[in-house]
Amino acid sequence: MRCLVTGGNVKVLGKAVHSLSRIGDELYLELLHDGLSLRTVNSSRSAYACFLFAPLFFQQYQVAPPNQDPVRCKILMKSFLSVFRSLVTLERTVEKCCISLNGRSSRLVVQLHCKYGVRKIHNLSFQDCESLQAVFDPASCPHVLRAPARVLGEAVLPFPPALAEVTLGVGRGHRVILRSYQEEEADSDIRAMVTEMSIGKEDFQQLQAQEGVAITFCLKEFRGLLSFAESANLSLSMHFDTPGRPAIFTVEDTLLDGHFVLATLSEPDPQSQDLGSLQPCRPQPPLQAHSTPHLDDFTNDDIDSYMIAMETTVGSEGSRAPPLLSPGPQPSCSPGPNSEEDEAEPSTVPGTPPPKKFRSLFFGSILAPAHSPQGPSPVLAEDSEGEG
Amino acid sequence: MVFRDPWEQVLTSLGSNVQGTMPLLTQQIEADYDQYSLVASLDNVRNFSTILKAIHFQDHATCFATRNGIKVTVEKAKCVQANAFIQAGIFQEFMVHEESVTFRINLTVLLDCLSIFGSSPMPGTLTALRMCYQGYGYPLMLFLEEGGVVTVCKINTQEPEETLDFDFCSTNVINKIILQSEGLREAFSELDMTSEVLQITMSPDKPYFRLSTFGNAGSSHLDYPKDSDLMEAFHCNQTQINRYKISLLKPSTKALVLSCKVSIRTDNRGFLSLQYMIRNEDGQISFVEYYCCPDEVPESES
Repeated sequence: MRCLVTGGNVKVLGKAVHSLSRIGDELYLELLHDGLSLRTVNSSRSAYACFLFAPLFFQQYQVAPPNQDPVRCKILMKSFLSVFRSLVTLERTVEKCCISLNGRSSRLVVQLHCKYGVRKIHNLSFQDCESLQAVFDPASCPHVLRAPARVLGEAVLPFPPALAEVTLGVGRGHRVILRSYQEEEADSDIRAMVTEMSIGKEDFQQLQAQEGVAITFCLKEFRGLLSFAESANLSLSMHFDTPGRPAIFTVEDTLLDGHFVLATLSEPDPQSQDLGSLQPCRPQPPLQAHSTPHLDDFTNDDIDSYMIAMETTVGSEGSRAPPLLSPGPQPSCSPGPNSEEDEAEPSTVPGTPPPKKFRSLFFGSILAPAHSPQGPSPVLAEDSEGEG
Repeated sequence: MVFRDPWEQVLTSLGSNVQGTMPLLTQQIEADYDQYSLVASLDNVRNFSTILKAIHFQDHATCFATRNGIKVTVEKAKCVQANAFIQAGIFQEFMVHEESVTFRINLTVLLDCLSIFGSSPMPGTLTALRMCYQGYGYPLMLFLEEGGVVTVCKINTQEPEETLDFDFCSTNVINKIILQSEGLREAFSELDMTSEVLQITMSPDKPYFRLSTFGNAGSSHLDYPKDSDLMEAFHCNQTQINRYKISLLKPSTKALVLSCKVSIRTDNRGFLSLQYMIRNEDGQISFVEYYCCPDEVPESES
């Protein structure tokens, strides 16, 4: 096998490796007939990413003859990343990049032909592997948003770098809202600030979602794909379903496509979703949710014992779910009571088990339609009234 | 009038000349030149401190001053030695009253003192320096002045230690390459530090000049053709492959970053000499030199 990348495409490839490196520690490289695929999955299997570079992306693309199995190997992300570490020098000095597999020495050979005739040769050790494949289908997701990466990139810019998760939702007037996701038990200093960005629907090329839907996912991985899409000047599509089901982020052009599948925070009470969506009032996520979680947790825990789940935190989280939760009252609309509520919360939910869970992409989706008891609703209502 | 106490000296001059800028430093001490075995002053301390930073990989350095300038030496593990040469011409005033003056000093402290007004001063403001050393057993005195503010630093000097003699003689040099530093900078900053050694191949034939590392992830080679525009001179007489501890060479990156050209030489024993040409803010040239012992005799293969 041998593939040769030239000019600006070297940087595109490098950028893709950088965004993949935000997810997994291992890179699965596969030479398929429809292009070079780079894939990775994170250790908790809650995030998966793949890029496929079409043969036309390369100046030269040689793969195994059709009757043979495609060449595939697994290498350490770190070692592959080191080849493309400095994007600036990549852009400024690298003219050609040649990737080939040396079967005799079992090395993946990456050669960079640089300015002034300088040549860098990396012989990377690799492992044989099976194909890495996540099961997902963007077409099955009822909600789709698509916008230029630049728009979304600017929207996530104000979020603090340390912020782990962000909530994406559709609010009143079909404005798309990105809000920093706050964990209940987090340090109050951090909690002191909620950042919310709201983007008008006119900035979106496609907006197919009802008001009131919202999902929460990890920002780091999302940023990785965004920065790739921004540098390639592409649009980013977001396909998602109910909270807890994986969200699929895609970029596409004629020479490449990229898919990032990220777990979303599971919804303590999925059934209340319909109620939530009926209620156009924009969620005030962090405000409302506090009191509800504990009842649902039992169900979640049961389910989770069957799957590989990633518990990002231990502690009580009112959990996302803001707007979707509360069946009745709307007090959530007023941003005022934020601080009071924060204070009140500890007494409301003492010693709650950790409700915040990302489900494994590979198992979670099967089990996702967990039905929680309706129990929590009354509690919710009470609390909400109390706030109001 | 002779001031015995440098503190008093400065305070007095401050009193008489609060507005004083450069002249303040130049005026004082003039009376007592005889008292010092080394007096050096310069208008822009960065011309001095920058060069010292290029060899700052150990806390302690040995300073050796003659009429021609100052040589500052830093060593590590008896395997690597760095020398910074600051010629007398870099200083506005430079006097050595003995044949040579040698002392050991804490380089970290010296650099801290030299940048006491900040290491990246605002454009247009210069920190002036006057440096005096009375002789064996006395502290090194630094008078630093910026915008009429004077700081006096006294740094205790230590017993000078014998420095290594690498006996690197230009007549024994087998291979020599002069490169524009730009071409090596990235290579050194991206060295695979999981590799224990950096292997340097110099040869009249392909691959001419090659840097190789052998790390956890695999091996990397960096090849420079001899006709590259980066190559200022290429004099290789026979193929030499030598390995050097990467941990010993990595500190030379500091000098590399500051330099415009680097000369890479190996002698018949495989000893490595790296000479960096560093141009300061006033366009004057200083040199920093690294010597390093080879790590082991490489096997015939690779």
